[in-house]
Amino acid sequence: MSMLEAKGIALSYGGAHIFEHLNIAIPDGKITVLIGSNGCGKSTLLRALSKLLKPTNGEVTLNGKDLSTIPAKTAAKQLSLLPQGPIAPEGLTVLQLVKQGRYPYQSWLQQWSKEDEEAVQSALRATGIEELAERSVSSLSGGQRQRAWIAMTLAQQTDIILLDEPTTYLDLTHQIEVLDLLQEMNEQDGRTIVMVLHDINLACRYADHIAAVKNGVIYAQGAPSDIVDASMIEEVFHLKCDVIQDPLYGTPMIVPHGRKKAK
Amino acid sequence: MRLTGLFLSFLLLGAAIICSIAFGVTDIPIATVFDSILHYQSSIQEQLIIHTARVPRALIAAAAGASLAVAGALMQVVTRNPIASPSVFGVNSGASFMVVVASGWLGINAMQPLTLMALLGAAISGAIVFVLGSMGRDGMTPIKITLAGASIAAFFASLTQGFMLSSGKMFDQVLVWLVGSVAGRDMHMLVSVLPYMAVGLVIALALSRHLNVLGMGDDIAQTLGQRTAYVKWMASIAVILLAGASVAVAGPIAFVGIIIPHIVRYFVGADYRWVIPYSAVLGGVLLVTADIGSRYIAMPREVPVGVMTAVIGVPFFVYIARKGRQTT
Amino acid sequence: MSKYKTFRWDKPKLSYLLEHKTLWTALILLLLCIAGAILSTGVGSQFIAPLDVIKSIIGKGSAMHDVIVLKLRLPRIVIALLVGAALASAGAVLQGLIRNPLASPDVTGITEGASLGTVLFLFFLGGQVSVHWMPVAAILGAYAVTAILYLLSWKNGASPLRMVLIGTGLSAAFKSISYMFIIASPYFLANRAMTFMTGSIYGSSWEKDVYTLLPWLIVLLPATWLMARHVNVQALGDDVAGSAGANVQKHRLILLLLSVSLAGAAIAIGGAIAFIGLMAPHMARKLVGSSFGGLLPVSALIGAVILLVSDLVARTVFAPLDIPAGVFTAAIGAPFFLYMLYRHRNQ
Repeated sequence: MSMLEAKGIALSYGGAHIFEHLNIAIPDGKITVLIGSNGCGKSTLLRALSKLLKPTNGEVTLNGKDLSTIPAKTAAKQLSLLPQGPIAPEGLTVLQLVKQGRYPYQSWLQQWSKEDEEAVQSALRATGIEELAERSVSSLSGGQRQRAWIAMTLAQQTDIILLDEPTTYLDLTHQIEVLDLLQEMNEQDGRTIVMVLHDINLACRYADHIAAVKNGVIYAQGAPSDIVDASMIEEVFHLKCDVIQDPLYGTPMIVPHGRKKAK
Repeated sequence: MRLTGLFLSFLLLGAAIICSIAFGVTDIPIATVFDSILHYQSSIQEQLIIHTARVPRALIAAAAGASLAVAGALMQVVTRNPIASPSVFGVNSGASFMVVVASGWLGINAMQPLTLMALLGAAISGAIVFVLGSMGRDGMTPIKITLAGASIAAFFASLTQGFMLSSGKMFDQVLVWLVGSVAGRDMHMLVSVLPYMAVGLVIALALSRHLNVLGMGDDIAQTLGQRTAYVKWMASIAVILLAGASVAVAGPIAFVGIIIPHIVRYFVGADYRWVIPYSAVLGGVLLVTADIGSRYIAMPREVPVGVMTAVIGVPFFVYIARKGRQTT
Repeated sequence: MSKYKTFRWDKPKLSYLLEHKTLWTALILLLLCIAGAILSTGVGSQFIAPLDVIKSIIGKGSAMHDVIVLKLRLPRIVIALLVGAALASAGAVLQGLIRNPLASPDVTGITEGASLGTVLFLFFLGGQVSVHWMPVAAILGAYAVTAILYLLSWKNGASPLRMVLIGTGLSAAFKSISYMFIIASPYFLANRAMTFMTGSIYGSSWEKDVYTLLPWLIVLLPATWLMARHVNVQALGDDVAGSAGANVQKHRLILLLLSVSLAGAAIAIGGAIAFIGLMAPHMARKLVGSSFGGLLPVSALIGAVILLVSDLVARTVFAPLDIPAGVFTAAIGAPFFLYMLYRHRNQ
């Protein structure tokens, strides 16, 4: 049994039905990547898995319990979400940002316990931004800023981390840097990671498990090498392509067709 | 189809103006209204009322309504913000502050210099809000420009009030004017501001084709070969002329500039070659009608028409704000 | 971490982190408040030396000084400090809540609601009911407009953008309606209402003003400070705050209520003094950063200083004319605000 599961959930957002009956079980201790075309509901699914959206039907379960009945702070100690393109308020320092990850552990009287301090320190260390702690978040480069946000979710010390397109707005170097960091967190601490990625090739390289969303259901899921092939890509993205092997990692790699005839 | 609509709107405006002449504390038969236009005799009291009070009032309402609506339409397309309008963005309050200062402090009473002061005030506050609201990396976000406009409006309102308190003069008159009113004005006042309004309207009509392109965003407009800065400057000048002139004659009347362009776009779509003329005509209709209503709310006293438009405007404003997509 | 001071106790379990810079800034501002208050008390149609002011305050002054200092001037000074602090705190909370440094009670309709409450009171009950009830009307007005604002902004939660848009609309409408009633009022009431709408602390007294406002602040300021960590987490956006386990909508409502109560109480006593709620938090953010635990007390102290100085200038520079302090806060507030915005346009 997986820790995090969606069982027959239905969701509508802004009046439109996005899912009628969707099932997914997130494998524990693995990296799961959700893929799908624009507007297929990947982000909505992520928000539902993180308790931000309550399904109108069905349930999301965390350790077998209905997520919507778990108190917010309790849930926040087990799973965290980093939304797409988060914005830090003006003048906030990296340390102040990362400290916010300790929110679910704090109370009126307990606002900076020994555990809080240790968690924040280790999050800064793990993401390699200790020396940036006093800098303001807005003065950082895109890659550093994303690492600061990831440090915040790390400080939350959850087993499951959900990330909505953690690589958007980053150049290729920083995309790899962020994904390497997430992989490290997965391998060293055994954290479950669920993220939405647009780049299918990077998804195949970093994911243990890929779930393709189409028409409100999980169209296909499994290890990248098992499920990613030309027919699946055509079904999900309406795109003709060849699938070859990544020359470095051996994972599937798609080469899209264009209008012009290939040589 | 759109042409017929425009023609019908003109008829509506004509009807509204005639009603505005006929109805009030003393109702005047429609026949007398026509009579007084065709063969005017100043010895007949009703005809005298019509000529010195009712006609100027109706025409001023129509002109001010038209100007404010067109100014609102221009601002909404240039700032790409659905709630842009002369009152929300502080343009009106800047204009009214200058008018209060000019009449209360400098003792200016002639309409011509007062109008120029109003234009100056509109230009100053409009420029501040525009620059303020578009500063920063992310450009002109709705929340930034709205807050900048509201701050400037609050600033000029405080100064105006403080000024009135310390001078202690013409308290009531200025207050009525500050809410926006078209009562008690003569034809001469309209004649002094009309040229500014006319120029503003002509600029707006001439720009309308370019506004369609600008509405797609700065970058796209530029790649289509538009000199966007030039279009924006011209539009700003038109807004200042229209808003400043209508403040000078009728005070800072709120919400006309916001309501009308939305109604118009609902009917004729976002083609500004139609939005501008329709806004002008229907803006006139709205203000003339609101002015008629203002005579009946607390009969025999009159409510300033600015209060009427504010009361009509709020539900509409709320609707637009709720409809808008969330951008923060 | 030498920049910080950590406080931890085991029984009861307590732990806080404070920045040295914040502590020092707050301390200096506090001294500035006290010194400013003493100096300002001495200034007026008859000058009294600071030392004599202190003597009167601690009960060792001459009888004549006692009357001027304790009866006439000090209440107004204390009110300046309290109203300034309350407005600044209300602004700081609102800016955290709306997540925009340009928000303030002046632009979200709270101020106009309080003004309308007062104007209606003067129009319908003026002359029949004692003016001591005027603050109640102002507070009711502030709450009423906030309730309307909140209900109208609600659509799957109250979003900051909708609150600002609708707030500006309500603000404009309420202002017109206030003016309408002022026009219909007799001159002396109209003048009074107008003074209120501009904001003035002329003629403050211990019983009527200080003792009315003080209890509110004693309750509200600490309560607001206790909400600091919720403000901090909300500042990161609804999604991040929600995923960190915060009850975003509930906290937003509580914070809104705190902000209105602070603003409403201050406006009830001092009238619609503009721009302090905007300026003070802005300056505080430059001094101690945007973490709310430090920002709130520093904002409050800065607000107190601003109103103290504004009122001093307003009553002395144009003497014998006593200009409403609100005119002066607006006159310095807006240009200052423009300058700050320009300098920090990209941050």
